[in-house]
Amino acid sequence: MTYIAKPKFHHPGLKKNELGYTHRDYEGKVSTLCAGCGHDSITASIIEACYELSIEPHRVAKISGIGCSSKTPDYFLGNSHGFNTVHGRMPSVLTGANLANRDLIYLGVSGDGDSASIGFGQFAHSIRRGVNMTYIVENNGVYGLTKGQFSATADRGSKSKKGVTNTDNAIDLVAIALQLGATFVARSFSGDKTQLVPLIAAAIRHKGASFIDVISPCIAFNNHAGSTKSFDYVREHNDAVNRLDVLVGRDPIAVDYAPGTVQMVEQHDGSKIALRKIDADYDPHDRLGAQTFLQKHAAKGQIVTGLLYVDPDAEDLHAHLDTVATPLNTLEADTLCPGSAALDKFNASLR
Amino acid sequence: MSDKKPISSVNDFVVRFANVNGSGSASANEMFARAILRHGVPVSPRNIFPSNIQGLPTWYEVRVTEDGHLGARGGVDMMVAMNPQTWDKDVAGIEPGGYLFYDSTKPMPSTKFRDDITVIGVPLTAITNSTYTDPRQRQLFKNIIYLGALSALLDMDPKLIEQLIGEQYKGKEKLLSSNVHALHLGRDWALQNLKCPTGLRVKKSDKVGDRIFIEGNSAAALGAVYGGATVCAWYPITPSSSVAEAFTAHCKKYRHDPETGKAKYAIVQGEDELASIGIVIGASWNGARAFTATSGPGISLMTEFIGLSYFAEIPAVIMNIQRAGPSTGMPTRTQQCDIIACAYASHGDTKHVLLFPEDPAEAFEFAAAAFDLAERLQTTIFLMLDLDIGMNHRLCRPLKWDDAKQYDRGKVMTAEMLEEGRDFGRYLDVDGDGIPYRTYPGTHPTKGSYFTRGTSRDRYARYSEEGSVYADNMQRLVRKFETAQDLVPRPLQANAERPTKYGVIYFGSTSPAMDEAIGLLEARGHQLDRLRIRAFPFHSSVASFLAEHDFVYVVEQNRDAQLRQLIVNENGIDPVRLVPIVHYDGSPITARFIAKAIGDHQDHLKVTPLRKAVS
Repeated sequence: MTYIAKPKFHHPGLKKNELGYTHRDYEGKVSTLCAGCGHDSITASIIEACYELSIEPHRVAKISGIGCSSKTPDYFLGNSHGFNTVHGRMPSVLTGANLANRDLIYLGVSGDGDSASIGFGQFAHSIRRGVNMTYIVENNGVYGLTKGQFSATADRGSKSKKGVTNTDNAIDLVAIALQLGATFVARSFSGDKTQLVPLIAAAIRHKGASFIDVISPCIAFNNHAGSTKSFDYVREHNDAVNRLDVLVGRDPIAVDYAPGTVQMVEQHDGSKIALRKIDADYDPHDRLGAQTFLQKHAAKGQIVTGLLYVDPDAEDLHAHLDTVATPLNTLEADTLCPGSAALDKFNASLR
Repeated sequence: MSDKKPISSVNDFVVRFANVNGSGSASANEMFARAILRHGVPVSPRNIFPSNIQGLPTWYEVRVTEDGHLGARGGVDMMVAMNPQTWDKDVAGIEPGGYLFYDSTKPMPSTKFRDDITVIGVPLTAITNSTYTDPRQRQLFKNIIYLGALSALLDMDPKLIEQLIGEQYKGKEKLLSSNVHALHLGRDWALQNLKCPTGLRVKKSDKVGDRIFIEGNSAAALGAVYGGATVCAWYPITPSSSVAEAFTAHCKKYRHDPETGKAKYAIVQGEDELASIGIVIGASWNGARAFTATSGPGISLMTEFIGLSYFAEIPAVIMNIQRAGPSTGMPTRTQQCDIIACAYASHGDTKHVLLFPEDPAEAFEFAAAAFDLAERLQTTIFLMLDLDIGMNHRLCRPLKWDDAKQYDRGKVMTAEMLEEGRDFGRYLDVDGDGIPYRTYPGTHPTKGSYFTRGTSRDRYARYSEEGSVYADNMQRLVRKFETAQDLVPRPLQANAERPTKYGVIYFGSTSPAMDEAIGLLEARGHQLDRLRIRAFPFHSSVASFLAEHDFVYVVEQNRDAQLRQLIVNENGIDPVRLVPIVHYDGSPITARFIAKAIGDHQDHLKVTPLRKAVS
């Protein structure tokens, strides 16, 4: 719901990426979310990541469910097709879209109500099918658009703005995604763009189901003392295991890394992730280890962030289904229809 | 055998097999039906099965019909009673003068039989046990042995059955010869020990012609292949599962790239019906032809997405293989009970296109056409089959395809059109038919993108809560639905020999029973014009038909006369003139039922003048 037109002019000296696009070419409409909303920072990070990767904006399909987070695809990549679907059903719509045209980049944007409650099943099944997508949950632990009810990711014992204590256990979407076989799993914080931008970039370059849980405080309903999703709380409890740089194609490795502090990960498409280790013992290729690590830290009230798991050789749903390389939506009668001669034979077999 | 003369009939009788589910009888029974077809005699078989895999009763009914009446007839002339559980009911169901075929290995008390039927005992278990030692073989071959015995009792040509066995077990010589052996075990025993043939006989004829024998679900699935569907998402539910399974089989045969072996289709078994329709909507939004197949409970679950398809104008094809509702209802019994649920599915003001094929041949045609309609109209198209068409083999005309046919991809604005500077408004009615242009995602770097949503928006897809903007869009959707009237298959009318004030409307699987009923009604002196509705929205000829007749019977297979409701509602006519004829016990409607219901009403209408009565 954007009433304000965004001015199109920009500074002539604005930097351009490899394709000649400026930052502005990746923007969308003016956000109608509350001033200071964590979601707007995620929007900015998506814009930044797409700009840096020199993605053609119109080759991205942005798909969301319903809720504050699901409105955001209108606020970035204005030249992309977007689809604000049905509450909790982004994953199925994205799966179908992906099957129809494997050549586009699929960005699924969802929230904690959308993915951990009404759409928990669809979240789970799209992950276990290995749909090639970047699935971002903008997680604020609260229903914002309906004014402050707990969501399923709200921690047990945390307090709502009205002072109610949550007695239900929280769903950790990262832990679930790991268990379901996501091949790229990360958590980040909307207030930490330097960590979030390269995570989004790496997720987009990943071939397979990429999942990023981004803690994104709700300025209006979940930023008070007693909340475990407030800016203050997340800053204090953020336990980053790594930070990363994404190196694509001809990018020179500009950063000097101290020996032993960096782990290079080469993805399927040749892009590289330079993981700057913060926790020296953390191994992002160890799915089981990641699960244990997360649980141990969660028990201590810490929020583990960073690239938590990656399988650089992952396969996606199209590989499982062994579909043709040509996008299915471009096939016409000449290749799809078996024709009358085949039908005559078919008829003959039924007599 | 006292009170009633045994029924004597050539090529016109009903044989019903009563079996235990999971005993392997289905393939032997189907072979029986096929063997009669090979005699050139039409048959109409029906499975009556439980929602169960093993143990519960199941029946297979074969109507042998030289005259080609493919609807269920009602009544049983020969019962092949292989299930002790249902014995009493099965024996009671035989027409007076009919025949009871049973396994006489264990003696039965005489009270278990009837005086007015012919009882034919064959010691099936004894024959089987003396020939086979393996328990599974005993069970399977017992079915072939009774098939052999029946071939003698009904005067069938065993060569034709052998030929079928040969086709079924081609390349599996051992199975082939053992099946032929079992067939003759039964046949020889019957020839030596029983009076063969009985009064019921199969005589070679030429009434089958070039017709094919196929299940509606398989035909609809093939229609989807021919219609260019590339994405199928589904969730198992009786009686629709075999659509997706058949689509899978057809695709394996026809849709792999000859060089790379890669699939030119994607089939996903969803986690539920919500995901299935979501995948269909996503794929269609992105320009692929996609469909799902489901039944009533699945439709209920899909309704939110169906509303999105209607309002955001995204093509979708839903094959609804109807079964008896409400709720879980009778999952393995047939009805036409989702007419209202589909026509007006979802909250808010919605209307959807429904197609009503009468048999597998039309299911094939309409399934293929559904994808053209969905893309042309940018909305959901329902293909309304039911269990009776979907899960039974039906004799129908051969499937046909015109190789010159191209798919109608509807109004899609391409990169070239955008480059030319064409004005693109996603919800802009440029041609006055209510149908706007759409673009596929990824079409052009700077032009033609838009944000799809289920919320209200203006003609250029910009979010809007303005009342006038909303109403403008809703009006356009009405125009689009009016456009649909002339695109969907038209009703077919057949007039009585003499002019009449009475008409009958029917649709879908009621067709064969209706055709037969017309003959029965004519014999009673009732003349009726017929209109077979093949789609909703109703073509203007439906209103004309209603206007031309004083009374119109609406024959359908549900309790609440749903098609009649839809006709009354959409045409704004006096409901009194539309007489509901409803059949809804879960069995397929019969000609006898229709003829009685309409005939009684007609008799009632034709009141004898008082003067004549007293004189």
